[in-house]
Amino acid sequence: MSEVSDGENERIGVYVCHCGGNISEVVDVEAVADFARDLPGVVLSRTNEHMCSELGQKQVAEDIAEHKLDRVVIAACSPQFHEKTFRTTLSKSGLNPFLLEMANIREQDSWVHHDEPEKATQKAKDLVAAAVAKARFDTPLDRRSIPIGKRVLVIGGGIAGIQASLNLGDAGFKVYLVEKEPSIGGKMAQLSRTFPTEDCSACILSPKMADVPANPNITLFTNSKVESVDGYLGNFSVKVKQKPTFVDPVKCLCCGACEEVCPVTAPDEFEAGLAQRKAIYVPYDFAVPHKYLIDEERCLRLKRGKDVCGLCIKACPHDAIDFNQKPRTQDFTVDTVIVATGYDTFDATKKKTYGYGRFENVVTALQMERMIVNSVQGKPLRKMGKRIAFVQCVGSRDEQVGNEYCSRICCMYATKMSQLLKRSDPSRDVYVFYTDLRAFGKGFEEYYKRAQDSGVKFVRGRPAELFEDPETKKILFKVEDTLSRQVIETEFDLVVLSTGLVPNPGTKPVAEMLKLAKSPDGFLQEAHPKFKPEDTLTEGVFLAGTVQGPKDIPDTVGQANAAALRAVRLMNQESYSMEPLMAFVDADSCDGCGLCVPACPSGAITLEAKKARINEALCKGCGSCTAWCPRDALDLHCYSNLQLAAQIEVALATKKKNQQRILVFADDMTAYRLADNVGTARMSYSADTRIIKIPSGSRVTPKLMLEAFSKGADGIFIGESEKKSSSYPHSLAEIERNVARVKEILTEAGIEPERIRFSQFVTVMLAGFVKQMNSLADFCAWSGSIPASKRKVVLKDLGEKLFARSGKESAQI
Amino acid sequence: MKIPYYPGCSLKTTGKNLEVSAIAAAKTLGIEMVEIPKWNCCGTVFSLTEDDLMHHVAPVRNLLRVQEMSGNGSVDTPNKMVTLCSMCFNTMKSAAGRVSRNAEDLVKINSFMNLEEDYKGKVQVLHLLEIIRDMGFDKVKEKVSRPLNGLSVAPYYGCMLLRPADIGIDDPEDPTIGKDLFEALGADVVDNPYKKVCCGAFHTVNDKSLVADLGYEILTRAQKAGGEAITTSCPLCAFNLDNRQKEISAAHPEFKQMPVFYFSQLMALAFGLGEEECMFEGNYVDPRPLLKSKNLL
Ligand SMILES: Cc1cc2nc3c(=O)[nH]c(=O)nc-3n(C[C@H](O)[C@H](O)[C@H](O)COP(=O)(O)OP(=O)(O)OC[C@H]3O[C@@H](n4cnc5c(N)ncnc54)[C@H](O)[C@@H]3O)c2cc1C
Ligand code: SF4
Ligand code: SF4
Ligand code: SF4
Repeated sequence: MSEVSDGENERIGVYVCHCGGNISEVVDVEAVADFARDLPGVVLSRTNEHMCSELGQKQVAEDIAEHKLDRVVIAACSPQFHEKTFRTTLSKSGLNPFLLEMANIREQDSWVHHDEPEKATQKAKDLVAAAVAKARFDTPLDRRSIPIGKRVLVIGGGIAGIQASLNLGDAGFKVYLVEKEPSIGGKMAQLSRTFPTEDCSACILSPKMADVPANPNITLFTNSKVESVDGYLGNFSVKVKQKPTFVDPVKCLCCGACEEVCPVTAPDEFEAGLAQRKAIYVPYDFAVPHKYLIDEERCLRLKRGKDVCGLCIKACPHDAIDFNQKPRTQDFTVDTVIVATGYDTFDATKKKTYGYGRFENVVTALQMERMIVNSVQGKPLRKMGKRIAFVQCVGSRDEQVGNEYCSRICCMYATKMSQLLKRSDPSRDVYVFYTDLRAFGKGFEEYYKRAQDSGVKFVRGRPAELFEDPETKKILFKVEDTLSRQVIETEFDLVVLSTGLVPNPGTKPVAEMLKLAKSPDGFLQEAHPKFKPEDTLTEGVFLAGTVQGPKDIPDTVGQANAAALRAVRLMNQESYSMEPLMAFVDADSCDGCGLCVPACPSGAITLEAKKARINEALCKGCGSCTAWCPRDALDLHCYSNLQLAAQIEVALATKKKNQQRILVFADDMTAYRLADNVGTARMSYSADTRIIKIPSGSRVTPKLMLEAFSKGADGIFIGESEKKSSSYPHSLAEIERNVARVKEILTEAGIEPERIRFSQFVTVMLAGFVKQMNSLADFCAWSGSIPASKRKVVLKDLGEKLFARSGKESAQI
Repeated sequence: MKIPYYPGCSLKTTGKNLEVSAIAAAKTLGIEMVEIPKWNCCGTVFSLTEDDLMHHVAPVRNLLRVQEMSGNGSVDTPNKMVTLCSMCFNTMKSAAGRVSRNAEDLVKINSFMNLEEDYKGKVQVLHLLEIIRDMGFDKVKEKVSRPLNGLSVAPYYGCMLLRPADIGIDDPEDPTIGKDLFEALGADVVDNPYKKVCCGAFHTVNDKSLVADLGYEILTRAQKAGGEAITTSCPLCAFNLDNRQKEISAAHPEFKQMPVFYFSQLMALAFGLGEEECMFEGNYVDPRPLLKSKNLL
């Protein structure tokens, strides 16, 4: 990228738009254009009825050619509407598109100050002057371009990971699928049938599982763990460690001779602990890969040493057992990552009052799935009895166990299993005790109705505690039917706990490696709940399935498809292009102190040869690093130190005696748009405000704030996106820190610290925005003007104080 | 250890046998419980209403007495106090917590009591059972001279000792402190699934039959599990489970009455203390025949 402009000898053209009266009925646009003509660097200033029209754009193009304009300032509506249009006009005229500035004199001026035309005109002049001042320092910029290939890492081989991998493999992308268990398939492999259609889960899943190793573009690692992932979009280096199986997969023909002789038994994970397997085993009959392996934790020989047992070696007719196998690690590079590490079921022993683990006739829903599958196959895992109860919301919607959320699927799986049980033996009494019955999906309500028709009894009420009859081992409890308001006391042969979904423990290390955030429920956080539900805030990393929150299979598959598409969207380009909004370093000023390195939340700053360096692929352009540099060496393209300082100076320059000025720094994503919305709603607030757009409130360094006070600002307001919907969630803490520091200095200088405020917004908080603006303006008016002597103190204090403090902080890091 | 002791009203009346046996048993363990001078009502039920701070003046005033004792050297456990009744314990600990967390409340309460010195919010309210657990049940075992071998007891906890979780002294869903104590005393401990089920509390005043129904469940479950006696730490539970056996027997002629001990009575017995300290004559269902049959008297 090119160097910063020096702000000298520019040839700027200014265009003031009438907007068909929208602006000109309030603002004296001719006066504004006249005023602009005299601003430094301006060679031409015009008004126009409709700047966005073809005529308006033609005018700009002609002027660029004829008057050799090298910067353009357009005073019109909010940049959110036509900035792109004008950039294109510049491009077509051979000018770099980033040499454009806009002054928002409609949404943020004529529409909000319609009752004060004079003040509105003054404000328009200031906004134009600020845009011109900023334009003088505009630098030709290119979009960042990051080379990208077609390789993807998928972590987790449940249905989400399988679906994403198959999509990507079919589309010609190179997929590395890593699963920690010996087989892919995840929890879906254990289910009986799937609601509401009652497809046999294994029958619909197993062909997909088999397709994975058959796909030439997919490399499958089972029994494996991602050891590390470093890097960024287009360049993630991955290390995968595969545990040994101690059985040669080529030689093993799955005859099972070893299994017969192995003396060790262990609870069978696939059967949810209701059956036993050997230390040498195949996970289940449709496992992929379908090969024997030895359980390291259980095998006598692996636990106790070389001379122990070894029966399987002797029994294997194909000489497949190989105790010399070692773990293998493999390194490769990928361009994107999909995290599909799924969920775990709530540990029912944590809900002590339900006696799971203590009472033999209390089982979990997953165990019931296995019991149903096995009894259909004619080899029941255990006795079921005639009276069966499902207790809902176990570990969900329960603040006592710390899970406030609804797990979304347990109502429907209980609806499913209860009717499967009832239909297979109508003499059974099957009950479901629920909190609310949530049948929200396609065909779900109809399915629930069928369950009721089949004779399953649904009772709204959750028992507080289950008791075991010491002799019969039946389970007794009392429950209030909250619909009939009757307390029922009842007894069951078997109670099934509908345990909820919790984050998979396997997710934690992966989330740490990839710097992924968690939402309050503990599942991974998406980049935006509505528009980017598969993205994360780490560029190039996507989420699929229950790792992001409880989901049924259709939703899981939907998200897996979407995550694959989001990854393809990036990988299908030769290079990925990003806005030029990013930090840059003035190498001459940088002394390599390294303060900025830990300050960047994206890890984009490194020290190389004692100079800070910005990684183009990682920088998100928040600008918070700029506040950390004691030598002003860190700067941000599109919102440079020089530009912001110039904007501040100019916005204050026209202030007259007895007037006041409030500078409002509004973040692009929310506060700026909110101010636009206030204009669109024709609400109004103090005309003493001057709004300056910034990428994030953390870009407003303490130094800029103090400069503003020293040069005449009476109040400063920083508007920032609400943390949970912000693209820069860390910013709030940065703003808090910066503001606190400035408040201290103001207090020392004898200036009211309340003159600086900040707030989080969402774009619909119109009244809140107006109130905040007016309250700060009122406060400043009420407190009176700041004497010049105090303003000087602030300026004098600037250098030493700020740096002394950041020095102290650096010692604490 | 010399610790301020708050008795409360029941321990001077219906629960005298709890007080006497507890003080004696604690003494054996080296805990000297020094009665707080000028104590007043504990407040009885912790008011959960946010704006009704007045109700907490009573417990806080007791805490202030403890603060004074800590200052004048009459005890050696600064800012700690012990209670016996579960209800007093719960009310006082809740009030102590509220004013220690909330400075504004503390200021208000102190201004209600403006003739006294300010309460500083530091006092920690303990139940005797906690102190014993923290000493270690091994210490208890060492003092046992008459192990309760052969006596099957079913500990009953009720609610005030356990709930809410941040006030209770044990896991509110699966308490074990009673089991651990009585095992240390040599008794056979059986698990009563109804160990936390409500005893009926104050309904005992207006609805005897309701309380008798609840008591019937709790007691017969304990018997089914093999218990010969049940234990409690609360005078109200004791009253509902012990004295109401009269009404239970009336409603269920087949019901076999069973003794209800205070935990401290069994401690006193196992420590070899005399009848005066055990005060079994204070119990409604006389436990002495059972104890005699086990050669414990
Ligand atoms: C009792 C019960 C009944 C259900 N019934 C139905 C139903 O009828 N219909 C329906 O639509 N849904 C049903 N569901 C929900 C269904 O199970 C899920 O929607 C689906 O399995 C989610 O798939 P997934 O791939 O997101 O997660 P998972 O199946 O959990 O797969 C995640 C995979 O990632 C692996 N993994 C985890 N961490 C790592 C790591 N660090 N490295 C590598 N691999 C890792 C795991 O081993 C696992 O294989 C039911 C759920 C339960 C509990
Ligand atoms: S060596 Fe291990 S796996 Fe083989 S039979 Fe013995 S215990 Fe089983
Ligand atoms: S889906 Fe039903 S059972 Fe599961 S948590 Fe939500 S309401 Fe409870
Ligand atoms: S702090 Fe923000 S602007 Fe600075 S390098 Fe990091 S991401 Fe880029």
